Amino acid sequence: MSVDLKIVENKQMIAPPKTSASLWDWVRNNLFNNWYNTILTFVAGFIIIGIAYNVLSWVLFEAQWTVITNNYRLFMVGRYPLSELWRIWSLLTIVSFMFGLCSGSFKGTILRLSGILAGIYLIHLLAPFTASSSKVWLAVQLAGLVIGFLIALKLPYNKRIAIIGWVITIPLVFFFIHGFGILPEVRTTFWNGLLLTVLLAGVAIILSFPLGVLLALGRTSKLPAIKYFCIGYIELIRAVPLITIFLMAQVLIPLFLPTGLTIDNLLRVMLGATLFTAAYAAENVRGGLQSIPNGQYEAAKAIGLNPFQTTFFIVLPQALRAIIPTIVGQSISMFKDTSLVAIVGLLDLLGIAQSVKSNPEFLGRHMEVYIYIAFVYWVIAYSMSYSSRRIEKSLGVGER
Amino acid sequence: MSKSQQVKTPFWRDDRILPIIFQVVFVVIVVLFFGFLINNAINGLSRLGINFGFNFLRRTASFNISESLISYDASDIYGRAIIVGMLNTLRIAIIGVILATILGVLVGIGRLSKNWLVRKLSGMYIEIFRNTPLLVQIFIWYFAVILPLPQVQESFAIGNFYFNNRGIAIPWFLSNDGTLIWLVLFIVGLAGAFFTWRFQLNQQVKKGKRTFPFIWALAALLTSWLLAFLVTQSGPFNISIPELGNFNFSGGLRVSAEFLAILTGLVIYTATFIAEIVRAGIQSVNKGQTEAAQAIGLKSSTMMRLVILPQAIRIIIPPITSQYLNLTKNSSLAIAVGYQELVAVGNTTINQSGHAVEVFLIIICVYLALNLTTSLFMNIFNRKTQLVER
Repeated sequence: MSVDLKIVENKQMIAPPKTSASLWDWVRNNLFNNWYNTILTFVAGFIIIGIAYNVLSWVLFEAQWTVITNNYRLFMVGRYPLSELWRIWSLLTIVSFMFGLCSGSFKGTILRLSGILAGIYLIHLLAPFTASSSKVWLAVQLAGLVIGFLIALKLPYNKRIAIIGWVITIPLVFFFIHGFGILPEVRTTFWNGLLLTVLLAGVAIILSFPLGVLLALGRTSKLPAIKYFCIGYIELIRAVPLITIFLMAQVLIPLFLPTGLTIDNLLRVMLGATLFTAAYAAENVRGGLQSIPNGQYEAAKAIGLNPFQTTFFIVLPQALRAIIPTIVGQSISMFKDTSLVAIVGLLDLLGIAQSVKSNPEFLGRHMEVYIYIAFVYWVIAYSMSYSSRRIEKSLGVGER
Repeated sequence: MSKSQQVKTPFWRDDRILPIIFQVVFVVIVVLFFGFLINNAINGLSRLGINFGFNFLRRTASFNISESLISYDASDIYGRAIIVGMLNTLRIAIIGVILATILGVLVGIGRLSKNWLVRKLSGMYIEIFRNTPLLVQIFIWYFAVILPLPQVQESFAIGNFYFNNRGIAIPWFLSNDGTLIWLVLFIVGLAGAFFTWRFQLNQQVKKGKRTFPFIWALAALLTSWLLAFLVTQSGPFNISIPELGNFNFSGGLRVSAEFLAILTGLVIYTATFIAEIVRAGIQSVNKGQTEAAQAIGLKSSTMMRLVILPQAIRIIIPPITSQYLNLTKNSSLAIAVGYQELVAVGNTTINQSGHAVEVFLIIICVYLALNLTTSLFMNIFNRKTQLVER
C-alpha cells in the first residue's frame, strides 16, 4: 500500500485539462457545432426575437393597462364591501406573518416562497396606481413577513410553533372572511376575485387530502365491500370532467337534499371540488402506499403492532413523504382548475375578468384582462411547481 | 394448556368475525345514505312534476347545433342531439390527440436538443403554457385572438389561407374518381416498401454488404405511385380552394371560430404535458445503453430507433394515456365558448327538459366508456412493449 502511494507521489503532477471554455467555445459547441444545429439556432433565434419584439411592443406601447389598474380591487377581492376590507388585509397580515415564521424555522423552499411574496408586496407598494391606504397595508404585510422571520430565528421549538400557528390560522380565515359574532357577516356572493380563487383551491386541497388518504387505504384494503366501493368511487370520479361535477353540484345537490334545506352556491362548488380532488389524491396516495416494501409491514407485525398502528405510524408517514411532489403537482392542477367555476357563474378571478371586460367603459380590452389574470395564475402556479421541484431534489425522489 | 384452548376468543377480538361486522356496518351506512339521497330526489322530482325515465329522449329537441357531423336540425329528437354532441366530443378529442402528440414529441425532443437556444425555447413554451389555466388560454384564443379578427368580407389572407372572426378557411383535398385506386395502391406500395426494406436489411445483416434498404423501399413506394398515375390518369385528389361568397366562404376546409379556439387551446396546453413525459421517458433510459450503442458503432438515428425509443416508450405510454384522457375530458370546456359537444348539449337538454339525473347518467356513461376503451387499447399496446422479465 505504502509503496503504491509513494509511486503516485513521485509522479510528476499534471494539471487537469482545462474545463472552463471561453464564450466563443461555448457558442461554437452549443449553437453552431454542425450544419443543422446552425440552422436550428437561426430558426429558434428568429422565433425568439420575433416573439420578444411583438410582446414587448404590445406590453409597452399598445396595451392600455388602465383596464387593470382601475379595476385592481375588483380583481383582488371583487365586490367585498369596502368598509370590511380591513378584515382581508388583517387576515393577509396573519398569513404573511406565518410565512415569515415558517421561513425562519424551516428555511429552504419556504424561505424562497416568502421572498417571492415579499417581492409581490414590494412591487405593489411601489406601483403608482396603488391607493395610499393600500400602501400602508402593504407596508404592514412586509413588516409582518420580516417580524415573523426574525421571531422564528430567536424562538426555541420554532418548527412546532409554526405548524400549530397554521392550524390556528385556518379557522381564522373563515372568521375574518365570513364574519362571526362580533364581525358582521359578509355573504358568500361578495367573495370574489383572487380571494375566491385562493380560498377555493385551499379548501379543495386541504379537505380532499384526508378524504384521499381514506379512499386510498380503502382501495388497498383486503375487505371486499370497502375495496370495491372505493374503486367504484375513484374510477367514476376520475372518468368524468370537472365541469360535469360542477354542473352536477349546481343542479343535482339541491335535488338530493331534503325539502327546505338549501346549500349556498359557493359551498356546493367547494363540495364538488373536494370530492373531485379526493379521487385524484387517493390515486397519488395509493402510489405512495405501493412504494412501501413488504418488509415494513412484516417488521411492524413482528413487533406486535395492530393494523391500525401499522398504517398510521409505519406505512403512511413513509408513503406520504414519498409523494409530496405529486401532491404539490395535484395542488397546482386544482388551483388552475378553480377557474372552471366561472362557467357555473361564480366570480372568481376569471369570472371577474369576464365581467370587467364586458364593462362598456373598457370595450375590446380582452387581451389586457386575460393576459393579466393569466400572469397572476402563472406566478402562483409557477412558484408552486418551483417549490415542488426543490422538495423533490431535497428528498432525492427524482434522482436515480 | 388444554384449558387455555377451551377459552373462546370473544367476537370483538376475533380476526375472522371482525372484518365481516365491519363490512356489514359499512354497507348499511352506504345504503342508508344513498337511500336517503335517492328518496329525496324522488320526492323532489315528483314535486317538480318530472317522471324519471329516458322517454324524454324521443321528444323534439327544438334547439340548434351549429356544427354537426351527422345531419341535424331543431326538429330532431333529444337522443339525436346527444349523439351529435358525442360525435363532436370525439371529433375534437381525436384531432386534438393527434396534433398534441406531434407538437408534444417535437417539443420534448427539443428540450433534450444539443442546441442551447432550442432547449431554452422549448423550456419557455412548457413553463408558460403549463402553468396557466386551460380555460383562460381558451378564452384568450377565442375572445382575444379570433373574435377581434376582421369580418368575413375583409378576411385576413395569407395566400389561399383566410382568417376571419368566424374561423379560418384553408385549401383542402377533394376526392376525385381516382382517389380510391390511389389509396389502395398507396397502401399496397407502403406494405411493399416495408417488406422490401426488411428483406434488404436482413440481406445486409446476413451478407455483411451494404444493400441500401431505404433506397429500395423508396423505389417500391414510387413504383406504386407511378402505377396509380398510369391507371387513373389523374392526381390522387383535387385541391379545393376557399372562395368568398356573399355571406361566407365556400369550398376548401372551413373551421369555425369556436372549434378553432378550443382545439388550439387543448393542443397547446396538452402538448406541454406530453413534452415533459417524452423528455422524462428518454432521460430515464440508462446512460450505459447510449454508451454501449455508441461503442458498437451505431449512428445516432439508428441508436434512437433501435435502442433508446423501444425502452423509453415503455415509460412513456402509461402517463401519455392519461394525458389523452385528460384532453378528452378537457374538451368539455368547449361549453364556455359555445362549441356544442356532449356536456354543452347535455346542459341545454337539462335546461329545456329538466331531466337532470338522466342526462348526467348518460354523460357519465359516455365518458366512462371512452375512458375504458382508451385504457383497454393502451393496455394492449403497453403489454406488447412491456419488458419481458426472466
